[in-house]
Amino acid sequence: MAPAHAVSGAGNGPPPESGTVIDVRGLRMRYRSQEVLKGVDFTARRGEVLVLLGPNGAGKTTTIEVLEGFRMRSDGDVTVLGADPARGDERWRARLGVVLQSWRDHGKWRVRELLAHLGSYYVPYSTALVRRPWDVDELIAAVGLSEQADKRVGTLSGGQRRRLDVAVGIVGRPELLFLDEPTAGLDPEARNEFHGLVRGLADENTTVLLTTHDLAEAEKLADRILILAGGRIVADGPAEELSRRASAEATVRWTRDGRSFEQATAEPTRFVRRLFEEHGEAIGGLEVRRASLEDTYLTMVRELETGSVPGERAAHVFGEGAR
Amino acid sequence: MSPVWHAARTGMRRGRTELRQTFTSGQDVFGYVLWTVLLMVPLFLAGDERLEGAGISAGAFMLPSMLGMTLAFTGVMTTAQLLAAEREDGTLLRAKAVPHGMVGHLVGKIVMVSGTALVSMALPFVVGVFLVDGVARQGGGALLTLVWVVPLGLLATLPLGAVIGSLVDNPRTIGLLMLPVMGLVVISGIYFPLSELPGWVQTVGQVFPVYWLGLGLRAALLPAGAVAAEVDASWRYLETVGVLGAWAVAGLLLAPSVLRRMARRESGATMAERRRKAMQRVG
Repeated sequence: MAPAHAVSGAGNGPPPESGTVIDVRGLRMRYRSQEVLKGVDFTARRGEVLVLLGPNGAGKTTTIEVLEGFRMRSDGDVTVLGADPARGDERWRARLGVVLQSWRDHGKWRVRELLAHLGSYYVPYSTALVRRPWDVDELIAAVGLSEQADKRVGTLSGGQRRRLDVAVGIVGRPELLFLDEPTAGLDPEARNEFHGLVRGLADENTTVLLTTHDLAEAEKLADRILILAGGRIVADGPAEELSRRASAEATVRWTRDGRSFEQATAEPTRFVRRLFEEHGEAIGGLEVRRASLEDTYLTMVRELETGSVPGERAAHVFGEGAR
Repeated sequence: MSPVWHAARTGMRRGRTELRQTFTSGQDVFGYVLWTVLLMVPLFLAGDERLEGAGISAGAFMLPSMLGMTLAFTGVMTTAQLLAAEREDGTLLRAKAVPHGMVGHLVGKIVMVSGTALVSMALPFVVGVFLVDGVARQGGGALLTLVWVVPLGLLATLPLGAVIGSLVDNPRTIGLLMLPVMGLVVISGIYFPLSELPGWVQTVGQVFPVYWLGLGLRAALLPAGAVAAEVDASWRYLETVGVLGAWAVAGLLLAPSVLRRMARRESGATMAERRRKAMQRVG
């Protein structure tokens, strides 16, 4: 999808602000009597890829929309690219890219026509360092839509439509890109190409915040994973760190004399050595399995939903040292 | 060039693109043709029936009146419908996500609806002139009247349509509005002179732009003697400017704040909610 050199994004010069691109403290959101966000805290540094995970209805889209300036928050301090999104002006907006959960807008427009049109709004915001907008044909090639460039948007397949949405999101060469479930409806190959595109943008110092339901995707893309559940960020850290901290135990499975065994242990290496010392050749089908991010995530969300771990404690357990 | 001005010019290009799209779309072209055919039906039905004392046929009275009605319909209903539909399908949210995108979107819509209105009037006009006698026979003065009546008509109706489109949450609700609009046409002196109606109905009819646009188009396209069929036997230019101007001012005062409020409330979540409802209707 994206050769990295084509993605000469926002970061070619010295950053206008310090390294912090997003700073969220105590973000709360109430709808009537219901509190959806109960004090969300996190930060994002320049060039970081942040993945926001969470069950349906956890408030992922709400959080992103507050940061995009599309939604007024109930409480808390939020700074995005040095400004409060609630008061962000159009100059500020020109530095953001937004990929929405799409539907069917601009069905009569042709792909190239639409990208050229939306791109032209960014012309006044072009600088010597960041040429805006992105050259349309280059962009179309980068998202893999060259063959569809002259097709009507309404005739695109779901996956092609999603690529177009991403292209619309980055046509202004944003410094910060928001992606709300960007890979929903993409086949594995397109998904892979999309991941390449996002990594390419991040390499060029574009900060990316994306939501997804796909844990494998989160693990693959994220510099840092945020898990939003029960109205709070209950985990914040690199994927492997989260998995490790969530469950120190690994599961060891083996067979001996045609029978299967299974043992949970905190020290799998030592356990397996002892196993071989005791039984030697008799051991077969050995399998050591560390808790995956998925196990961690599911356990955590389940516990939060059944109320066995209060949100505060979970945040403490999973979040310590990650910030 | 300031970014706002730049966005406005981008919006003009957007409007032209959308006009090209509508005039090359089979479905839309069918709509324009169908509208023309519908307007021609009463001309046939009226036949050679004369309008008493005015020296013109009933058909000649109807043709310019219906052009005025077309202008009012397109200005209000098309604007409202497009706006409501574009809120639902995410076009407006898209506009919100690019710098000064709402400015461009609005300018584009004005160009698009104005162009649509002109074409929707031109088609029945061209066909109608061959069907009835005595329309558009007095030359240059007529053109002069059109030059101010049509733009003023657009100014009076487009902002009104924008307000309705912002307040209505569902594009299908606009369809329901057609019923009262039909009633309004009956009391707006489109198919027969207003003076044939009871006094209080005349008063109500003269509150709305439809009557005045009909009158303005008749003033432009009918021979001088036809004025005898009008209220007070006058084209009432001043009153036309006054009432249409009042609607324009009211609309232009109201529309920006209503549009801003609507745009502010637009978000992915509200869109997702509308999508969910629309899917339920489909399924």
